[in-house]
This record gives sequence, C-alpha cells and structure tokens, in this order.
Amino acid sequence: MPHDEKPPVLRVRDLVTSFAIGDRRAVAVDGVSFDLYPGETLGIVGESGSGKSVTALSILRLVPNPPGSIDGGSVEFEGIDLLALSYPQVRKVRGARIGMIFQEPMSSLNPVLPIGRQVAEAVEVHEGLPRALALERAVEFLTAVGIPDARKRLDHYPHQFSGGMRQRVMIALALVCRPKVLIADEPTTALDVTIQAQILDLLGEMQRQRPETAIVLITHDLAVVAETCDRVLVMYGAKVQEVAPAESLFAAPRHPYTLGLFGSIPDPARKGQPLATIPGNVPHILDLPRGACRFHTRCVLAEERCRTSEPELVEVAPRHSVRCHLAADGRDTRAEMARANAEARP
Amino acid sequence: MSTAADTILSVRGLSVGFPVVGGLLRRRVGTVRAVDRVDLELTRGETLGLVGESGSGKTTVGRAIVNVLRPMHPDVELAGAIEMTARDGSRADLNGLERRAMEPWRARVQMVFQDPFSSLNPRASVARLIGRPLELHTDLAADARRARVEDLLEKVGLQRSYAERFPHEFSGGQRQRIGLARALATHPELIVADEPVSALDVSVQAQVVNLMQAVAREFALSYVFIAHDLSVVHHVSDRIAVMYLGSIVEVGPATAVLESPRHPYTRALVAAIPRPDPRRRGRERVRLEGDIPTPLAKPSGCGFRTRCPIARPSCAAAAPEPEVVGTGHTVACPHWRELG
Repeated sequence: MPHDEKPPVLRVRDLVTSFAIGDRRAVAVDGVSFDLYPGETLGIVGESGSGKSVTALSILRLVPNPPGSIDGGSVEFEGIDLLALSYPQVRKVRGARIGMIFQEPMSSLNPVLPIGRQVAEAVEVHEGLPRALALERAVEFLTAVGIPDARKRLDHYPHQFSGGMRQRVMIALALVCRPKVLIADEPTTALDVTIQAQILDLLGEMQRQRPETAIVLITHDLAVVAETCDRVLVMYGAKVQEVAPAESLFAAPRHPYTLGLFGSIPDPARKGQPLATIPGNVPHILDLPRGACRFHTRCVLAEERCRTSEPELVEVAPRHSVRCHLAADGRDTRAEMARANAEARP
Repeated sequence: MSTAADTILSVRGLSVGFPVVGGLLRRRVGTVRAVDRVDLELTRGETLGLVGESGSGKTTVGRAIVNVLRPMHPDVELAGAIEMTARDGSRADLNGLERRAMEPWRARVQMVFQDPFSSLNPRASVARLIGRPLELHTDLAADARRARVEDLLEKVGLQRSYAERFPHEFSGGQRQRIGLARALATHPELIVADEPVSALDVSVQAQVVNLMQAVAREFALSYVFIAHDLSVVHHVSDRIAVMYLGSIVEVGPATAVLESPRHPYTRALVAAIPRPDPRRRGRERVRLEGDIPTPLAKPSGCGFRTRCPIARPSCAAAAPEPEVVGTGHTVACPHWRELG
C-alpha cells in the first residue's frame, strides 16, 4: 500500500537522457518526473523505445557513457541528488540502498564466482561485515527467495541454476543489503509463466515482510502491472503519457495510447473477433514527432492541435494525469476510441 | 486411423529423440525424448493452439509436422505417423517422405517463425525472399512471379513497392507480415506458426493476430499455432493442446481447456496467467513448485508427478493414458476427478 502521507523516498524531476546515434542525438528520456513513496510498487509500462528502461538506468547512473549521457534533471534519493554524486559515491548507494533486478540474470551475475560469494560480497562491501557473517546472511536470503538447500549451494556457479533459480539468486543479491528501493526491469519477461508467477509472488512476499521497501517495476505487460502495482506510469516516445493509481488506470484509462494498449489485449468474451489495434508501428527514437503530441501519428482521435502543439501532463481525476489535449478538455476519449474502432472495422 | 474427409492432419504416436553426446570422444551416450508418443488431429480450416513452457516439446512437434527435423538434425530419431490429406484428396505420411516426394507437400505446409528473418539471407530483397518459394514450387515466369509477390505484399497490408527493400529496413511487425506473405506464396493448406507474435510490441501483436485470422478465412487455412502466451492462443484457437515434457497432457475445445481445465498442470498454468484486473490482486492461487525438469532427467511414469499436487506413488509406474472428460476433451491423468 502506498504511504502518501510520508515524503517520497525517490523524487525524479525533469530527467533527460540522450544517446549518440551516428552524428545525431536521440533523446531517450525527455523530461520524466515522478515520486516513489515508501512501500509503494510503481509500474512503468511502455513498448520498445518508450524510454522505460533508460529511465531505470538513469536513476541507477548506469547509462553507458559514451554513447549515452544524462543531460538534465535530478534524482533525489533520501534528500541527495544522485545525479550530482561522484561515481564512487553512487556505487555506495547502488546495490546497497537501491537494489536492482534485470531481465537476464546471467548478464548481471558474475559467471566465474560462486553465488554465495557474490551475495556475501555485497554485504561485505556495503556493510563491512566479516566474510563468515556475510555468508550467513547470504544463506538467509537465498533461503528466503526459495533456493532449496541454500547452504549446500553456496559454492555453485550461476550456470548451474535454471533461469528461474538464477532470477531468485539475483533477487537475493538485490535484497541482501535491505534496500529502500528496488528497481526491477522486466524481471520476469524471459521466464515461463509458472515461474513468472513464483517470482511475482516472491516480490510481493518480500514487500510484506519489509513494508517500507518501494519497488519500481518496469514492464511491457499490463497484466503483470495489474497483479503487482499500486500506481502506473505509461510511457511512449520518451515521455510520460499517463500516470494514475492502478485501479483508476484500469477502470478508466484516458490516453488514446493507453486505451489502444488495453484494446490489444485479447478479451475472452470477444474470442476470435478482430482485436482493436493501434495503427502503424512504434516510431524510431530519432523519428519522434517534435512540437506535437508524440502519439498523434498513430492516434485515431488526432486533431489539428495534436499535430501543432505538444500537450502538457494534466490532472484529470484525483492523482490521475494525462498528456492529451482531448482528455485535458474532459472529452470521453474512451467512448470516442470505441466509436472510431467500430467504424474502422469491416 | 482417421480417414475422415475433413481431417487435414493426423499425427499418430509421434516420438522425437535427439542424441546426447558426452565424454572426450563425443560419443553418443543416450537419447533425449523431446516428444513422446504425441497424437494430434486437425480439421480443415481449424486452428489448433499448442501451448506449453520451455522444454515442453511444442516447437519440436511443429518442426516435425513441417518435416524439417531431419535436415536440421541428421541423427534425430523419428517415430510415428504425420498423415496429411490435401484438398485434392491426395494423402501421405510426411514422416516417411524423402526429399523428392516431399516437394509437393512443402508447398502445402508452410511455417511462420518468431523472427522470420533470422533464418533468411539478409542481402536478399523482399521480392527474392517471397519469390523463392514461387520459384521452387511453381512454373511462373519472372514477371508473373513479381506480380504475385506484389499481390501478396498487398494481401498482408504492405505497399507493393516494398518488394525492392531489404529485411533490415523493416520493423518487427512488418517483418512478420513479410514472413506471412512468404508462407502464403505457395497457396498452403496448413501453416505451422511458432511464436509468431511473441517478439512483437504489444501494440503491433494485435495487428498481426488480426491479419493471421483474416488470411486464414480468405485462404481457407488451417493453423497449428504454437505460443506460450495463453491469452493470444485462446483468442485464435478452436482447440488447444497442452504439452508438458514432451507429452500432451490435455486437449480439447479452447474455451473448455482454459476455462475448466482438468489436468493438474493445465490448472496451474491457467492460474499462473496474470490478468489485467487490479481488483484480483492478492488472491491466493495454486502455485507450482520448482522448475520443469530437463527432458534428460524425465521422471518415470507421468512426467508431471514431481510437481503435481495430487501425485501418488502409482504415478511413477506408467505413463497415464488419455481419458475422455467432455466432448472432444481428453486428459492424461487418471486422478483428474480429485481436483473437482
């Protein structure tokens, strides 16, 4: 449950991150702002090129430079701007007070180091615990994430584990220093659905045991968001397009892009009938519309103003904000989309 | 033996074994049974969804049907029959066919892949990629072939001028459209689609699903639709077969299998699907423990017994036989009634 009465643990303001592509610069994250409250799970939803993963990497200061650079904004964690810290100072925060989980654990775990050493090392480095005590902590956390016979498996290497078990090891590694914030980027995308369910349950269980831990969950899957998140931020074309409490977003999405995403999910009640689609393709990051709504090239409701001026993020319901001229005017975008789709259908 | 006129494909007792090599001399030390005595029936015009997690053997079944396993793995052990009946009434067991005899059937059975271009020449233009099957299976002259390629591009919602372009110029969704155009070139009767939309962005998946359904109607196609995303499979399939460790554990009408699953594995699989409804959050659900075993160490008897909530010692003795639980709905578990 979110604790809105408390100050946010993470305040991201006007974050801008770009990459050099040939002789051009592509702005992958363009003015992203959000707050993350203690105990909250915030979902960041988007497709390829939306900027969701680069947002996570920017918060962690893991954007490869070159070709990438964080060009502006602030990431305030416990009152300190992480973007203003030196790299050695950032490393003290990362992995200790901010944990991270990525899609492919093999790329984050050290393949030539036994898992016990890897988990224990985090505790040794960040908390200065002696090796023996750190290993005890490693056993405790590996057991907690569901590694059977954790003590016996301390000497095993990452390749000796299945994909689901490796993801568990990575979660243990991310949590072993008891971070305030956990950033999980597509943590279950590469896993089978029964293993995905185990991992999502595990994250929920971890949060029940440590209710202050806040999670940022980055995913392309709205169903995963529905199962795990308190609040959702929808990104498209490097910008936040809609942000709302999960129940509000799922009950009454307003942005035509969000509506399109929901329409693309097959509904068992309409089995076999044509799915509502978003026309066209996700534009390349270098081809994003400028000085216009980022989504207007694919929007069935687009009007002249959508092509000539970029909408602001406007609050249209309690804690529910949308970057859309039409929604900001109070128009029923959902009903208009349904009509437009019905007319488009043969 | 099924000889019903409306049956396009009848798979009987299909087993696929891959050799396991080991030791310094890379000698053959055993066989992995990737597919174990699979039976499948496909009616003309029908879409059969084939679902299962990694290691279930669903892709291997698909490849066996299009008869590409032997070219891919010369040492593969194949048993059973893959009997196909063509529109013109001719019939063959694809499993036993040599290259020459397979040729007319290649035109009738096509495959669509997750990434259609990972296996194609990146320096070939779209015209060549789609034109190649026409070259092999028809005697169309070059200009007629070109016209047909452009017709096919139009059919899959692309511009005729795209024939001049190269694979890297296209987005994922456009590539999948081109892959489908290539598969359609020879007027196939059956398409095996292996994870055709899994690599696509959510907003593009729906376009490709709609397109596959539209061309199925237009060309009177049958599909074997292999995917791990059960909501997409439910949407497109008339019937669904669920695989676990090389065996079919449940098969039946799509809605029956997913809405009233009978096999303990199907139950767990369906319970694990996340649903786009936040009000369902925090429900207690059946969860499977552990991972799917590797086919190398397949449990004796029922392959699912090591993770099954209702397993008992007798499950180790013999592989369960399919039992009829409803119209066209069978389950390979003698204890399914206990799940209620």
